[in-house]
Parts: sequence; C-alpha cells; structure tokens
Amino acid sequence: LPAAEAQRIEIHKLRQGDNLILGFSIGGGIDQDPTQNPFSEDKTDKGIYVTRVTEGGPAEVAGLQIGDKIMQVNGWDMTMVTHDQARKRLTKRNEEVVRLLVTRQSLQKAVQQSMMS
Amino acid sequence: MSATMDTESTYSGYSHYSGHSKKAHRQGSRDRHKSPRSKDGSRSEKSVTIQTPPAEPLLGNDASRAEEGQDDNWGETTTAITGTSEHSISQEDIARISKDLEDSVGLDCKRYLGLTVAAVLGLLVFLTPIAFILLPQILWRDDLEPCGTVCEGLFISVAFKLLILLIGTWALFFRQPKADLPRVLVFRALLLVLIFLFVFSYWLFYGVRILDSKDTNYQGIVQYAVSLVDALLFIHYLAIVLLELRQLQPMFTVKVVRSTDGESRYYSLGHLSIQRAALVVLENYYKDFTVYNPALLTASKSRAAKHMAGLKVYNVDGPGNNASGQSRAMIAAAARRRDSSHNELYYEEADHERRVKKRRARLVVAVEEAFTHIKRLQAEEQQKAPGEMMDPREAAQAIFPSMARALQKYLRTTRQQQYHSMESILQHLSFCITNNMTPKAFLERYLNPGPTLQYDRDRWFSKQWTLVSEEAVTSGLQDGIVFVLKCLDFSLVVNVKKIPFIKLSEEFIDPKSHKFVLRLQSETSV
Repeated sequence: LPAAEAQRIEIHKLRQGDNLILGFSIGGGIDQDPTQNPFSEDKTDKGIYVTRVTEGGPAEVAGLQIGDKIMQVNGWDMTMVTHDQARKRLTKRNEEVVRLLVTRQSLQKAVQQSMMS
Repeated sequence: MSATMDTESTYSGYSHYSGHSKKAHRQGSRDRHKSPRSKDGSRSEKSVTIQTPPAEPLLGNDASRAEEGQDDNWGETTTAITGTSEHSISQEDIARISKDLEDSVGLDCKRYLGLTVAAVLGLLVFLTPIAFILLPQILWRDDLEPCGTVCEGLFISVAFKLLILLIGTWALFFRQPKADLPRVLVFRALLLVLIFLFVFSYWLFYGVRILDSKDTNYQGIVQYAVSLVDALLFIHYLAIVLLELRQLQPMFTVKVVRSTDGESRYYSLGHLSIQRAALVVLENYYKDFTVYNPALLTASKSRAAKHMAGLKVYNVDGPGNNASGQSRAMIAAAARRRDSSHNELYYEEADHERRVKKRRARLVVAVEEAFTHIKRLQAEEQQKAPGEMMDPREAAQAIFPSMARALQKYLRTTRQQQYHSMESILQHLSFCITNNMTPKAFLERYLNPGPTLQYDRDRWFSKQWTLVSEEAVTSGLQDGIVFVLKCLDFSLVVNVKKIPFIKLSEEFIDPKSHKFVLRLQSETSV
C-alpha cells in the first residue's frame, strides 16, 4: 500500500458576519461522480476531498492542504456520506472548532497529481 | 488463333519499346551534332527521348583512344529515358493493326458459326418429341394399339409444354448479341453439349428399342415423348440458373482505374468469367467515366519533360562508361535539385481555376439573358400571330449568336472545344427549347465533362478493346486477379477483390433498459 499519512488537523472557525467559515472547499461524496476527482488515487473512491484552500484562511493556518481526503470530522465518519451530508457536518453552527482526520498522499505524489490534473 | 492474338498484344508492347529506343539510339550515334535534331524527330512522333551524351573525360589527351572505343559502343551502352512511347506509332504498330483487322473477320465467322450450330440444335430438339409421336403413326399405323383419352391428354400436355419451352427459350436465348467476346462462353457451350448428348441418347434408345422392334404400345411411346419434353424443361431451368441467376449475387468488388488520368470507379460483380466481367466493366465505362480528353494531359507531359531536361552527366573518373550508374546519378541529382516546379504548378492551377470561373460566370449570364428573349406560344395565341411564329430550330438559331462567343471562350478554356461543334450546340439548344428547359439545364452539358456516351462517336477514342490477362479469359474471377483493357490511347486497369465474409451477430436491447443517471461534480466551500 502506498504511504498515506493520517493527520489530525484542528481548525478554528472564523466568524464572518453571520457565518462561520473554515476557508476551504470540498468535493466528492457517494452521490457524486468519483472519476472526475483529480486528487484521488483510486478513481472509484467516493470520499470527501479538499479541492481548494483559501489563502490565509483558518484551514491553511491549521495545516490543511489541497488534495487531502477527510476521513472523520469530530468523530463523524466522512468516507460514506453524500456531498450535502458532508457539508452539513462541517458547517454546524454550534461548533467553533472542528477536528479533522485527514489522509494525505506523500508530498511528491500530491504535487504530481495536482500538476497532471 | 485467339491465344496467339492475346499473347501477341501483350508481347508487342515490350518489343515495340525496345525497337523504338534502339532506332533512336542509332540515329544519335552517327553524329553527335545531330542529337538535337534527332530529339526533334522523336518529338514529332509524340515521344520524348532524352539521350545522355557520351561521357567526356575532362583530361582529354590521355583518354582520346578510349573515346574512340566509347563511340563504337555508344549505341548499346547508353541509357535513354523514354517518355510515353505508347503514343508513337512505329512500323510494327501499323502491321499489328492491319493484322488485327484481318483477324476480326475471322472472329465474325466464328460467331455466326456458333449461332447456326445453336439454332440447328434448337430446331432439332424442338422437333424431336413431335417426331417421336408421329413416326409410329406414319410407319406402322395399323399395328398400333388403340389409345383413347389417355393419349389425347398426353398430346395436349406435350403441346403446351412445348409451347412453354419455346417461349422460355425465346426469352432467354434469342437476344441481340451485344458484344464480340474473344473466347467461347463456357457455360453456354456446356449446355449445348449436354442438350446434344441428351437428345442423342434419346434418339438412340428410340431407334433401337422402338423403331427396330416396331413396338405396338403407343401409350408407352407417347409417354416416352412426354418424358423427353419434361427433361428438356428441366434443362431449361438449369440453363436459367447457370447463365442468369448465378452471377446476380455480388461476390466481387472490382476497381477500375483509367491509366491516363487516374479516374477510378468501383463495381460489384457476381461469379463471372474474366471476359464477361470485362464486358460489364466496358458497358459501365461508357456511362460512368468522363470522356477521355487528350488535351488535358499535355500539361503533365511538359512538366515531365522539364524535370530531366537540365541535367548532363560528366564522367570525371575516367573512361569507365557505367550506363546504369549514370542514370542513377541523374535521378539523384534531379531529386536534390531545388527546383521550383511545384510553385509553378500551384500558381498555374490557381490561375487556371480563376480564369475558368470567370468565363463560366460570363457564360451563365449570357445564356440566361438569351433565354429571356424566347417565349412559348400557347395554342390560342398561335392563331393570332401566325407571321412571327418560329419552330424550335429557328428560335435556337435566333438566340444563338448572343451566347456563342461566351460559350466558345468557355469551351476553349476548359479544352472541350473539340467535342462540341456548332451544329451540335444548335441541336441541343433547340432540344432544350422544345422541352422547356431552363438555361442551367441547357448548360449542364457544357459546364462539366460528361460520360463518353454523351458525345459523338468520332470523339470517343475508344472503340476497339483488347483484354490483356495473365489468366485464361474463360476462367472465373478470383480474389486478386488483375487484368487490363487496352485501347489505342489508354487502358483501364481492373483489380478484383473479393467481398469479405461478413460475420453478423445480434444483440437484443430491451426498450425498457434505457436508463440514465446524473453525473455530478459539485464543489462546496465551507
């Protein structure tokens, strides 16, 4: 199996007006098309992936990187959820801190993948 | 006789080439100064001969003796690159053509002989059952057993079957021969032989068992005659299947390419012999291929002449006169030379196209204007103004001058002026006026070169054909056979390919099985 690190990342949400934002975008889900995911190694993987990280946002500060696969959010499993369920679990209004368990391919591979896509 | 003719027509091509080039060489070797003139001479015979001058060593003094030696052998060792020598007519060609004419008379005799044999055999076959029935009545009427209604019924059936046979044979065999083939048609000959043997064996049996012994069982004799007629009907059925039905199903695709300009067509054929396939190809040639126009080929010939004209070979290394090496050197040099003939070709063609389009526009406008001057008179109007009425020919002559110049210029630009005389144009014009055709319909014949059938017989350039084939012309078509149909000015190369064996399998799709899903790729920012 290729080396995949599991990391725990703690993001403190930032308040912007009435919303709490995390500063990244997600893609994927069991109701989505996994073949169009540029970050996954296995094109049948329907997990939730980080597709964009806003500069200077809370996610970048916490160390989240583009291409990471989110396995758990605050203990909730994210490998078998729909896109909307994932969004809901990340944007709960009463939570100010989210603890993510992410998997990342080794750095070289991640760079290659993002360059090729 | 035909075999030698066939081989002769292929063989003489080669002997003609070598004969002609040897003659050209002999002219050149006599006097080196005369070589330009000999080139002119061969040009008048419509071929281009490029003669390499004998190798001149640069260091003249040492090799003077060798030069003499070269001069003596010059005729045999120099290579000449001849252009299209098929167009020149040498003495051998004239002899060959006259011999062909003589032989064609022999072929006609053969055809009439075949026809008379078939006719005699047919008559014999037709009269045989009648003879079988009548001979006992004539020869030993008194001894015959009386035979009532059964025999009369059999007489009626014989009569009708003979009538059907007659009509069937007339429909199948009595046709105007449309072609003169080099060899006998195999199936037809086989059928004639079969019929002859069949009838002969019936007569033999009849003669021995019935005539000699004077059989009195008349009903048996009549039934024997009926069985003959039945068998003849079955042979007629066999004839239909062999001669007509078997070649209907397409088995081969045939590609026909004209040698002068590369125009090609594809045809589908069934199981035919090579000569009959050639016949089909020729019948289609006259209606599918555009007419052969020698005026269109002069441009490429002059280009070919210019390609090799500017090179001379000097042998620097000494008197070794290597003819093939010289020609190879010339070819290599010509390939490396940076000549701009492709530029010339491109601009010339673009220019020509523009000119043709301009002339065509002028022509179309002139014809449209000319046609507006004519109006058809209805029946009632015809009584009112009898004086000014013209028939189509006069009407055509009246409007022709206004478009004549534009038409002639256009024909000249597209090099078709030989194919349309003023008389033919007037005829066509009156034909179009009679049939209410529009100007565009009138011009259709002149704007594009049409198939050979459209033109006058004198301009066809292709009436006498020779079939050149490596296989026997009566053998059937096979995959990969190539044969050539030659006429005097050009040839048609025919390539036979088998239609591939098609494996078709089926797949059933349930109409309810067409279902779709949405493929989403959302990206949400959190």
